[in-house]
Amino acid sequence: MEWETVIGLEIHAQLATKSKIFSSASTAYGAEPNTQACAIDLGLPGVLPVLNQEVVRMAVKFGMAIDAKIAPYSVFARKNYFYPDLPKGYQISQMDHPIVGTGHLDIEVDGSNKRIGITRAHLEEDAGKSLHENFPDSTGIDLNRAGTPLLEIVSEPDMRSAQEAVAYMRKIHELVQYLEICDGNMQEGSFRCDANVSIRPKGQKTLGTRAELKNINSFKFVEKAINIEVGRQIDILEGGGTVIQETRLYDADKNKTRSMRSKEEANDYRYFPDPDLLPVEITNELYQQVRTELPELPSAKRLRFQKQYQQDEEISTTLTSSRQLADYYEGVVKTSECDAKLCSNWVSGTFLGALNKAGLEINESPVNYERLAGLIKRIADQTISGKIAKQVFEELWNNNATADEIIEKQGLKQITDSKEIETLIDKIIADNPKQVEQYLSGKDKVFGFFVGQTMKASQGKASPREVNKILKNKLK
Amino acid sequence: MHNKTITELSKALREKEFSSVELTQSYLDRIKKHNALNSFITIDEELALEGAKVADTILANTNTNTNLLTGIPIAQKDIFCTQGVKTSCGSKMLDNFISPYNATVVENFNNAGAVMLGKLNMDEFAMGSSNETSFYGSVQNPWNTRCVPGGSSGGSASAVAARLTPAATGTDTGGSIRQPASFCGITGLKPTYGRVSRYGMIAFASSLDQAGPMTRSVEDAALLLQTMSGFDTKDSTSIDIPVPNYSASLNNNLEGLKIGLPKEFFSEGLNNDVAQTIESAINEYRKMGAEIKEVSLPHMKLSIPVYYVIAPAECSANLSRFDGVRFGYRCPEPKDLNDLYIRSRGEAFGDEVKRRILMGTYALSAGYYDAYYIKAQKVRRLISEDFKQAFAEVDVLMGPVSPSPTFGLGEKTADPIEMYLADIYTIAVNLAGLPAISIPAGFADEKPVGLQIISNYFTEPHLLNIAHKFQQTTHWHQLSPKGFE
Repeated sequence: MEWETVIGLEIHAQLATKSKIFSSASTAYGAEPNTQACAIDLGLPGVLPVLNQEVVRMAVKFGMAIDAKIAPYSVFARKNYFYPDLPKGYQISQMDHPIVGTGHLDIEVDGSNKRIGITRAHLEEDAGKSLHENFPDSTGIDLNRAGTPLLEIVSEPDMRSAQEAVAYMRKIHELVQYLEICDGNMQEGSFRCDANVSIRPKGQKTLGTRAELKNINSFKFVEKAINIEVGRQIDILEGGGTVIQETRLYDADKNKTRSMRSKEEANDYRYFPDPDLLPVEITNELYQQVRTELPELPSAKRLRFQKQYQQDEEISTTLTSSRQLADYYEGVVKTSECDAKLCSNWVSGTFLGALNKAGLEINESPVNYERLAGLIKRIADQTISGKIAKQVFEELWNNNATADEIIEKQGLKQITDSKEIETLIDKIIADNPKQVEQYLSGKDKVFGFFVGQTMKASQGKASPREVNKILKNKLK
Repeated sequence: MHNKTITELSKALREKEFSSVELTQSYLDRIKKHNALNSFITIDEELALEGAKVADTILANTNTNTNLLTGIPIAQKDIFCTQGVKTSCGSKMLDNFISPYNATVVENFNNAGAVMLGKLNMDEFAMGSSNETSFYGSVQNPWNTRCVPGGSSGGSASAVAARLTPAATGTDTGGSIRQPASFCGITGLKPTYGRVSRYGMIAFASSLDQAGPMTRSVEDAALLLQTMSGFDTKDSTSIDIPVPNYSASLNNNLEGLKIGLPKEFFSEGLNNDVAQTIESAINEYRKMGAEIKEVSLPHMKLSIPVYYVIAPAECSANLSRFDGVRFGYRCPEPKDLNDLYIRSRGEAFGDEVKRRILMGTYALSAGYYDAYYIKAQKVRRLISEDFKQAFAEVDVLMGPVSPSPTFGLGEKTADPIEMYLADIYTIAVNLAGLPAISIPAGFADEKPVGLQIISNYFTEPHLLNIAHKFQQTTHWHQLSPKGFE
């Protein structure tokens, strides 16, 4: 039988606020355990939550970016369950009235577009962390993360393969970073997802029984976990069994999923509106204000780059893969006032290559866009050749000088004086009569030999254009 | 000096008749002398005298500009978190809990220069109507020491009635200020929901809880409310509207006042002696020129069932944080996580608290939520509508606080339902979030009876004015229980 995979994702994006969703404690990552948990995060008797308005703006921003309905009123609810790292015995979340309603996002798989529905996105607080290492007979609790704001983005079961799921997750990942509402750091858990996976015979309308794969924190694992789970479900159904609704964990080491709890063991969360918090009201004023803050979105930027800079789709996609890179590129173009393609060659080629090699983010780059622009200017006006430019770029990377300073100091200025080049060429022709003979007898390839020798003799500084011109004349 | 009102005490402190230290010491002595009442859970002599010393310095250095509460001893219901002082909430669960922070109400009193004598007994987590659910034992009513002081602010009412403190704080979720005030013959005000910050006040039912003053006179209640009230950025449900001067309008004329008597407050179940006392109190208002009119609150009879869905539902979540993990009671040697939860909560919560957690958990459970919680919220709106309609016709509503006066210790503990029914006249006010006051109106069978006055949202100045006028023409609030003069 032919099976169809059905996938829906629940993505948790940690909102990039300075303080927590209901308290003023810091959200910075990596602090000593329990040093960033105040009375409110600890759930001490008598404390009350106060909503950080920044999370509301961020959620609204996200809602606008996915073309969603923004709820004029949304309601925080208590999700009740006991767990040691959940201080209040309930998580403040949103249930019946989420802040962001239905929206959508287009993904691209194998060159064709597909629209993925987004059911909702709601605000909630994160729990703390249970620490099992270093505590042989007990469990340690770190509540630094408790109260960190999350936006949970729930998709429709619209994806039909692990590949589509990854494409969707990447797109959301790119979007939240573009909007600057999430740092997207998956290692620190700022962006993670649960995948609801089921299969059904191809053509069947009703959905199969799903398994929920919990807490997957990399694109690679999402793809692997889904594929493994689909395989498991096919094996069960083809073996005459039935899939049971349950929560499963993906074990990356064994590349297997295993059962965490079945539907019967699932909690009754007893949601009800949190009486400590008023409904969140999105006033028209706030809505309009956020609208003006909304940055250009990735897809729009991609199209604009194709048009404005005459870039092909591939380069545009690369340059707009993050807002920082796109801004960097535009900074280079604007500052250098040079050909957009020359700029994109450098940004997407040498510059990105160096960053990747060093494992750095754009904002950590030792070469800012102004200094790179300074270099590109000198390529464009032929002060230096492309080859020399690579040498200058290394210098830019390693010290703080400008391209002009480096060129000046190291005497890298291109030799355009034809007399000087002629002198070099005359000597090379005189020294290599055999090659001259070969060339004149029709071996055109030997021309390259002369170019190479001339460049070598000039230490790479001779203008290649001049060298070509003069050589062609001399070797007639 | 213990028979003086706060206004009188404040004047005496300023005229150097006695110092705050002397005043505080005299109250501490009285608390010790009458400790059989069991109205206090914690008495912190050292802290109180230290506070009094500071107040004396302030009083010596300035003249008239200080807050009227500077140097005045007060006592806090043990539901308010007090930094460095045990905050038990009447429960074994928090018997070892020393709060690292102050409730906003406590902070407001500190800023005013008031002196805290100690923490007052109460029903466990404010769940009870007789103070008999306290882990620290029941409290005696000074008017009849074999009787209950009411609850849940029973310690507050008993201490104020016995003159162990000039004033106390209370909290009112379903009548917990007004009913004990009525039972102990004192003045107790439940302000509009949102008027007083709930930050640091251990939550029972968040949408109903409201703190208020418990005093011997309306004049004193106005003074305390002045200090307690105000918008608090730490409480999202506190309301940002200016705090009026509550003392300024106390003596306004009541000419043309329209009083509504909800017929549901005077139907069967109301003790005859209580009914007569209330009627004669209302007559006083008639004499002052008020117009009396019968009104109806048709949904009021549903207030008890509605309350016993909403309050337990909220409490079931509010009390989840008491899990033995971070603070409070932890059972000895838990075997595993479940054992830790089950025994810590099982051993440290009393029966009434457990009963309400179970009721609330049930009401919120899948399959029952719509039938109980959602339905209750709908009826709650109808109850609020009833009041709205009534206030379109009259300025205030009057009636009894409780169907009967205080009852014997242990008399009703066997029957929770009967205990719940004692709150029939107070609960609707909490469901609607309205302000209401209980003032001494006479006696039934030698037990105090309180008159309840309910007014519209944020009309506390008018409410206090109306109540104060009654105390200008009657002496009930001035009477002391025998043995406590």
